[in-house]
Amino acid sequence: MKKTYNSAAEALEGVLFDGMKIAAGGFGLCGIPENLIEGIRDAGTTNLTVASNNAGVDDFGLGILLQSKQVKKMIASYVGENDEFMRQYLSGELELEFNPQGTLAERMRAGGAGIPGFYTKTGVGTVIAEGKEHKDFNGETYILEEGIVADLSIVKAWKGDRAGNLIYRKTARNFNPNAATCGKVCIAEVEEIVPTGSLDPDLIHTPGIFVHRIFEGGHEKRIEQRTVREG
Amino acid sequence: MAWNRNQMAERAGRELRDGTYVNLGIGIPTLVSNYIPEGVDVTLQSENGMLGMGPFPTEDEIDADLINAGKQTITELHRTSYFSSADSFGMIRGGKIAMAILGAMEVAENGDLANWMIPGKLVKGMGGAMDLVAGVGRVIVIMDHANKKGESKLLKACTLPLTGAGVVDEIITNLGVFKVVEGGLKVIETAEGVTMDEIRELTEATLVN
Repeated sequence: MKKTYNSAAEALEGVLFDGMKIAAGGFGLCGIPENLIEGIRDAGTTNLTVASNNAGVDDFGLGILLQSKQVKKMIASYVGENDEFMRQYLSGELELEFNPQGTLAERMRAGGAGIPGFYTKTGVGTVIAEGKEHKDFNGETYILEEGIVADLSIVKAWKGDRAGNLIYRKTARNFNPNAATCGKVCIAEVEEIVPTGSLDPDLIHTPGIFVHRIFEGGHEKRIEQRTVREG
Repeated sequence: MAWNRNQMAERAGRELRDGTYVNLGIGIPTLVSNYIPEGVDVTLQSENGMLGMGPFPTEDEIDADLINAGKQTITELHRTSYFSSADSFGMIRGGKIAMAILGAMEVAENGDLANWMIPGKLVKGMGGAMDLVAGVGRVIVIMDHANKKGESKLLKACTLPLTGAGVVDEIITNLGVFKVVEGGLKVIETAEGVTMDEIRELTEATLVN
């Protein structure tokens, strides 16, 4: 089975449709699928619902899909650092569903693992809990959150092989392994496609079963908060 | 004289216990890492997926793949491990993290915490704060005692949307240290030169003995 493609555009061929739901890996601008986001912008797919912890910044990451008004709804935990996002949200152009970060990660994990819902203490007594089922376990109250199953997952890894096995690097892992599992189709962009068999099977983070398409791309890896100490 | 940011961070450092895993929030809480007491070994968690957070990098060490939850570049230590967001919040929700030290906009005398949005004005999001306050062993808030208008941030009831209900254990402000107890806040310590009268003046929340 051929999983490798030559570019984001090629890898996205035939999987995009207006109104679809996309789950994206990344935290801030770290470990984001830069090439796939640009590829979706170029394809012009609209009315997207995007589940991602953040929405990038104005001119990079998912922010570029907001600039081009391709996003109808964001499911995110943190949208600071993005003025265009704030503007579209406050003017009512963009729907926003705030999810606590851990709830969002678990919703992706659950969706990918065939678990339609789970109970969590996170958000009990806050606006997040409004309208959700409450249930007590051992004297503590929990709320029901639903798993996310997306039409497409877009993730970024460090290395991958032709079988789709992925390895992430440092904190660029973040939501990527969870997002990878919850898409009906998952496309991974990697810094390097290595020969199958060269990754240590014991050290693979995302097994190839979750990855349908993979390609190698260049990455700008923009840094949001360059913070240094005196050397 | 009230405490400055560094003195508040230093005071919070004295709450750290040897051998524990701790999560530090953005802002003054981040400074606490400069004040880990001698002989106390703590491992810092960064909820984007890292245990064993090191200091900020030198210019040569900067790595775009290595950031903390405030999106700042950082470094790793020998003990460091990386993991997914689901695993990260699994350890938070699962009660493995002993303590979180966070900033706040408002804290109420019953331990309610508000630190994630101001309706109509500031829409940033809760990030991992709701998960942290629901899951970790102890929640300590570091914040200024009053806002820029001079109004108490220690309230009878929060006015802003909550991050968590009844979740705060202790509050460290520029005026002192306060414990959330039955019936209100108990003054544990006052900053050098700060009187109880000054604290009473600047505190809306019920103070109990």
